[in-house]
Amino acid sequence: MTWLEANPVLAAIIRVALWVFPVLLAVPPMIWYERRLLSWMQDRIGPNRTGNITFSRSSRWVPGFLKGKKFGLKGVVQPLADGLKLIIKEDITPGSVDRFIYLVAPALALFPSFALGATIPWGPFKGLTPVADVNIGVLWILAISSLGVYGVVLSGYASNNKYSLLGGLRSSAQLISYELGMSMALAAICLATGSLKPTDIVEAQTGPLWGIVPGLANWNLFTPYGFVAGIIFFVCMVAETNRAPFDLPEAENELVAGYHTEYSSMRFAVFFMGEYAAMFVYSVIFSTVFLGGYHMLPINWQSLGEIAPGLSWVTNAMQNVDFWLSPVWLVGKAFALVTVYVWLRATLPRLRYDQLMSLGWKSLLPLATINTMVVALWMVVSRVYSPIAGVVAGLFGFGILYLLYRALNNVGIDRNKFLTSREIDLVDVPRSVA
Amino acid sequence: MQITPELMLFGGIASVAAAAAVGVVAFNNAVRSALCLVLNFFILAFIYFTLNAEMLGIMQIVVYTGAIMVLFLFVIMLLNLGAPQMLRDRDDPKTFAGIALSVLLFALLGSQLLPAFLTVTQPGAPKDFGAPQNLGRVLFTNYVIPFEAVSVLLLVGVVGSILLAKRKI
Repeated sequence: MTWLEANPVLAAIIRVALWVFPVLLAVPPMIWYERRLLSWMQDRIGPNRTGNITFSRSSRWVPGFLKGKKFGLKGVVQPLADGLKLIIKEDITPGSVDRFIYLVAPALALFPSFALGATIPWGPFKGLTPVADVNIGVLWILAISSLGVYGVVLSGYASNNKYSLLGGLRSSAQLISYELGMSMALAAICLATGSLKPTDIVEAQTGPLWGIVPGLANWNLFTPYGFVAGIIFFVCMVAETNRAPFDLPEAENELVAGYHTEYSSMRFAVFFMGEYAAMFVYSVIFSTVFLGGYHMLPINWQSLGEIAPGLSWVTNAMQNVDFWLSPVWLVGKAFALVTVYVWLRATLPRLRYDQLMSLGWKSLLPLATINTMVVALWMVVSRVYSPIAGVVAGLFGFGILYLLYRALNNVGIDRNKFLTSREIDLVDVPRSVA
Repeated sequence: MQITPELMLFGGIASVAAAAAVGVVAFNNAVRSALCLVLNFFILAFIYFTLNAEMLGIMQIVVYTGAIMVLFLFVIMLLNLGAPQMLRDRDDPKTFAGIALSVLLFALLGSQLLPAFLTVTQPGAPKDFGAPQNLGRVLFTNYVIPFEAVSVLLLVGVVGSILLAKRKI
């Protein structure tokens, strides 16, 4: 550690490498995982052949003990095969594109997905992670995610193709709209934590649950405000990564392939990789902010050990496991969230444009704003009086605002005007036909 | 003049920013100009970072690079400004007058500013100068009235834009 402090430049390079390479390495398994999971959900088989080897029974080049043996890898190396295919494909640059911007756009799309998590810690190893433990960590995430729009918009513009341009324009509107909900959701967590550093947010999540239950950790998702903020953040993060059901920019039944219609070979692969890297990094950010970061379970082993001294050997062992395997827990949580991504993709149909806008502006943004106000009340009351008073005030605040919302929602709308009903007779198919 | 690492960093960042600023006016294509402006705003944030004003820098990225320039680019793309060569007048005497005046302006500014800047080799602000905590404390104590006034100004802007966008309210 002292050696790292003596060489700040080298330490910075090591930190960057420790961030970028794991994210790069996470992309191929994620692609395979998504394809297998999606095909399982859709009752298909999916890629399960690549990497299977069956040795010949009769060839004399095969050593005896291998003759006729089969080795299956369940298709894990499928992403490698896909990558190889994309590399050796012909790279077509259409004649009438804006050449410079066309070439730069994939790089611009890839950059934010890696730079996004520069302030996220893999584990409690100071000096090795995060890349930069700065005072403005959460704002950095928001700032870089707002740059994500450039790659998409510029590729749409430079392709000189109406479908691409439409995809780019849709995407920019979508990203700008969901940026707001996301920042308000994070603002609530920052208010509750009292810091903008992701390391401090993780640290604050080891405290007692709701400030009153010792032994359990205060993971933000398990607090009322954090639950609301978490759901808002998750929706916004799906929208920011252009994933289904928010994949309007590349809606294949309307826009061919959206903003990357004109891209082929490696340039398309760069877009693809950027999308998956962004998915992974956003999942890591969600885990850090809402799911206790690199801690294994929502249990504070140290304070549990103080409550039950008889169990101290268990809690000490768990503390060590929690500490030394911390990156594993973080990646595990991220993969659980990637599973939710795939699940959403398999379940929900794509949103219409007006639904997209009204969800972002009329639901998520007001909800996040109200949430921030309630968090402010909660924090003030719990600091001035007691944590229990804070919990009561917070729940009270949520109740009042919900009633207000119900009251305002009904003003000036004649419900009966829209109330229509229709009846459908479900015909029982005769048993003989079925 | 002593060359410090801070000065070298500043030199690198500032030269990119200056080149991007030149690119904004030099390109004929409006989209390229806008992209140069994006680069300029982005790099400017890093100049703020080196001056220990990280909150200002990150706000620069969030507001200018991430929001305002995207909308600029949006408008330029939708207008699709074609045929830039029609905009250029050849042998316009105004060009020379403009160049002469700008050289004069730079000479004037440089003669006043450069002597003071040449002695500076590292940022003078303390380490926590631009931290969000300090900025927030100052904003909500010493400058609370200007801060609230600005928020009213923003509200006026929002109401005005709604009025413009919606014919019938």
